Amino acid sequence: MWRETLLHEKQTELNNRSTRAHRDSMDPIAKYISQKISKTRWRPISAALLQQPEVFAAGSWDNENNRVSIWSVGDHGASNTDGEFDEEPQLLCDSLHDGDVMDLQFLDQERLVSASSSGAVTIFKLQPDCQALSLAHVWDRAHGYSCDPAPCTAVVCRSPELVSVGEDGRVVLYKADQTEVVRVIEHADSSTIHAVTFLRTTEVLTVNSIGQLKMWDFRQQSDSPAQILSLTGDRVPLHCVDKHPNQQHIVATGGQDGMLCIWDVRQGNTPFSLIEAHSAEMWEVHFHPSNPNHLFTCSEDGSLLHWETTSGSDMSTLLQRGWNSRVVSHSAVPLPGEDDSVVSAWLAGDSSRNRLEATHMLPSQTLSVNSLDVLEQCLVCGTDGEAVYVHRQLPV
Amino acid sequence: MEELDVEPSTTLIPGVGFHQKHLGFEWGPGDLLVYETNYRLQGPRSASSPLLHMVRRDEDICSPILRKLFNESHLIFVGLQKLKEDVPSKNKKSQFVSVSKNYRSVIRACMEELQQNAVSTREGSLASQYGDQVSILLAIELIWNLCEVLFIDAAPAGSLLLLLLDWVRLHKSDVDTRAREVLQSESPALHHSYWDVVISLVLQGRTDEARQVLSKQASLRAESSSVFKRMDGLLQTMPIFNPAGTQTLTEFDVKWRHWHEECDRCLQDNTFASSRQLETICKILVGDEDTLLEQKELLSTWYHFLVTRLLFTHPTIKPPDLHYYAQSSMNMFLGPRASPEPLDIILLSAFEFDLHQVIKDCSIALNNWWFVAHLTDLLDHCKLLQSHNLHFGSNLREFLVLEYASGLFTHHSLWQLAVDYFDHCPEFGRVYLELQIERVPLDTERKAIKVLRICEDRQMSEQVRSICKIMAKRALRNNRLGSALSWSIRAKDAAFATLISERFLQDYSNKGSFTDLDLLDNLGPAMLLSDRLTFLGKYREFHRLYGEKRFSEAARLLLSLMTAKIAPRSLWMTLLTDALPLLEQKEVIFSVDQTYELMSCLEELNLDSKDSNQTDQDEDIESTKTELLRLALARNLAMAIVKEGTIET
Repeated sequence: MWRETLLHEKQTELNNRSTRAHRDSMDPIAKYISQKISKTRWRPISAALLQQPEVFAAGSWDNENNRVSIWSVGDHGASNTDGEFDEEPQLLCDSLHDGDVMDLQFLDQERLVSASSSGAVTIFKLQPDCQALSLAHVWDRAHGYSCDPAPCTAVVCRSPELVSVGEDGRVVLYKADQTEVVRVIEHADSSTIHAVTFLRTTEVLTVNSIGQLKMWDFRQQSDSPAQILSLTGDRVPLHCVDKHPNQQHIVATGGQDGMLCIWDVRQGNTPFSLIEAHSAEMWEVHFHPSNPNHLFTCSEDGSLLHWETTSGSDMSTLLQRGWNSRVVSHSAVPLPGEDDSVVSAWLAGDSSRNRLEATHMLPSQTLSVNSLDVLEQCLVCGTDGEAVYVHRQLPV
Repeated sequence: MEELDVEPSTTLIPGVGFHQKHLGFEWGPGDLLVYETNYRLQGPRSASSPLLHMVRRDEDICSPILRKLFNESHLIFVGLQKLKEDVPSKNKKSQFVSVSKNYRSVIRACMEELQQNAVSTREGSLASQYGDQVSILLAIELIWNLCEVLFIDAAPAGSLLLLLLDWVRLHKSDVDTRAREVLQSESPALHHSYWDVVISLVLQGRTDEARQVLSKQASLRAESSSVFKRMDGLLQTMPIFNPAGTQTLTEFDVKWRHWHEECDRCLQDNTFASSRQLETICKILVGDEDTLLEQKELLSTWYHFLVTRLLFTHPTIKPPDLHYYAQSSMNMFLGPRASPEPLDIILLSAFEFDLHQVIKDCSIALNNWWFVAHLTDLLDHCKLLQSHNLHFGSNLREFLVLEYASGLFTHHSLWQLAVDYFDHCPEFGRVYLELQIERVPLDTERKAIKVLRICEDRQMSEQVRSICKIMAKRALRNNRLGSALSWSIRAKDAAFATLISERFLQDYSNKGSFTDLDLLDNLGPAMLLSDRLTFLGKYREFHRLYGEKRFSEAARLLLSLMTAKIAPRSLWMTLLTDALPLLEQKEVIFSVDQTYELMSCLEELNLDSKDSNQTDQDEDIESTKTELLRLALARNLAMAIVKEGTIET
């Protein structure tokens, strides 16, 4: 065969990549990691230090052996010949994961919680230097039917508590340092619960596959929701939910039809606004944690959108999507518990003074963007095309 | 039967065929299942081994590094298909060339990584596996690059040779390493491979670099500096065609001939007699074939020899003349007895502009479809593949793309990529997708949703129904009626919705209360999917109204369920029994007319049940119920008449 004839060429440096298109500095860095990515999450940074996140976790799905892996995007000291820093994510450590990784959440800087399609909820311990990931605790079959296990679809953490939800319609509450489950709401939902978020310390909000939002209060002993919100008559499955970081009553959801909904859970049974964001399932929605006028969504249609509300007088660029909101002032990011009369940029008011702009964050789109996470100026997302994209200069 | 192109190779399957048993097999989409049968070549039949063996042709698909190649090239492939529409045909060629370069850069990136892994891994077998993959990718890239020059770029005379030179330089890049080594040594001129480097540079037509290295020697030997100066002059004045310039090909040719004669003159004059090496270089410059062949070591391949030979004898070679020089160069370089290897034959076919032969030979020689599928697709976009008749399938491009995509679909994870490839096979792509997509294992609802999205976007309603049904059945098995109903509503599967509605009603009659209220209360228009589901929704609504003490509305709804024939006859008795507490309320809820209607419903039911043969006990209960109802109805009728009469007066 020709293998021998080419043998000498193996020794040569394969350094000629001149044909490779040059990367625009505004484009995110892509890294192919040979597994379809279901979740990406930044490791939290300590609040005291003004730093950018450098470590993220990624979970895979639909592989023969699924993994949870930890990656670093910091400057590795090495710069390539062009003098620019080689910022490609580097694998730090990984661990096998039984079943698809359905959700990933950092409990704190050193503990990572995963939800599995096998119905298990697992806590991984990450060494402070991020060089090893080990199993700390598993709740096997946290979700299941009478005989078969049921996939756990999502987890949410509010240290030390965590809550998981699943296809079996159960809501389960745990404490990170207790091995036994704290509370189970058996028939919380007749259909699949797709996502969950904490509203307050004792309140969680779940979204399900028939378009409902349900509020649960763990102080109440009854197994029925404190409140049900839904889009009247639509029954479009909701896939993701996130709450405004400072104003707990504002919630964003995304559904099967790619519609982005903003809700005020205090008032009304219907969403405050509806925006046609994507052309297929919206898999995740996230408010920017420190600048909540920015919102990020990703979808099965392969796009990742950055939404920004600003007050402006330029009417021509207004998105004509029935958007109505008003920014009170740029500095007015009210603290929790502050006067409720302060109106959020995402709610209420006079449509003429505001605009909402959406920007595509990925250069090309084909396969689904399954997950995104945003922290400070950094964004990370993962796709079914087995690529992780990292953007480290978000305009927020 | 068609003639075989090559003798099929034998694959030994470990653990099979020890006892001279016949083998049985079954084709799969990417794999082959092999098993021992009970039959033997000779002797009596005996029990066979219970093992099944899976034989896979394409092992590359499982390599984690090559997965990057598949994913990145998928993006380029999809981009190429979209290119078709929005670019005026004039700019297309440059677009196609850049697409081709993108593909090649992905191959190079993959090679780099494989190479690094091969070096860093300690496991011998793994390292050699990586090494094998690198050499295959190198060959692929070599062929692709040549096809890009000859077919996609389709360079005319003049620039053709420049591109071929680039091709050779790229794939014989060890010259750079050695040049660096020599130049960085303490005294370059005395380095043992000094002259090798100079000659290698000349052979690749890199005259400027050759001059640079030569100058090291010249400065050492002051006595012969004039000779070096002469050589420097020859190298400096060697004309190079500039495709972007204003110079015509004829002008260049005249200039080149002039230079060639000058070189020749130097040789005649024995100008370089003092230095053997310089004389060799001069002989190379005049294109002396024997001298060139003496440099076999440095050229290392016949195609390098070909390009160097053309550079110094026919720099304005026209594409149609290439094949003659290619054939003769190969024969001269390999010698009369050597038999060319598959790669040589493929390259030769390319030089002969025989595209189909290139693709065919690559398909046979390579163990994956990735290369031929993508190259053929690109060449097809360049309109280079005239309808080549296959005895099967639609055309060559579609056949190869389908093969590649089918291979991807057998992979547990890469199947998603295959969908876009099927989409761009106009004739059979959809059928393939339809057959394959139903067989994707659905472990979670999220995966099911992704598969459904693929089907719904392509209006594959049959597959949508089947996937939803699988999910609904699974939910039903786990006693998740709500989920099951949601799935059958999504599939618009009326029959299954009826079945689930029955289960709900059965549960209700067993437990006396409804489960999954959050779903039933929010059915909305979906309720209209099946009659039974409508009844279920409406019946639940009756219970809600009753619970909210909205009695007259509840009564009206209950009656309409029977009179509009929404309720199945078998449930009428239950409905009438539900009416009892309403009839027993202190205030009158059913009007006179409504009471008459209830009565007629009851009598109608009794007429029916008289025909059916029930056991005595059942009949007893039934008749007691009927008596009770009759009494309540009569009392209500009396009260209603009185009440309505009172209002009128």
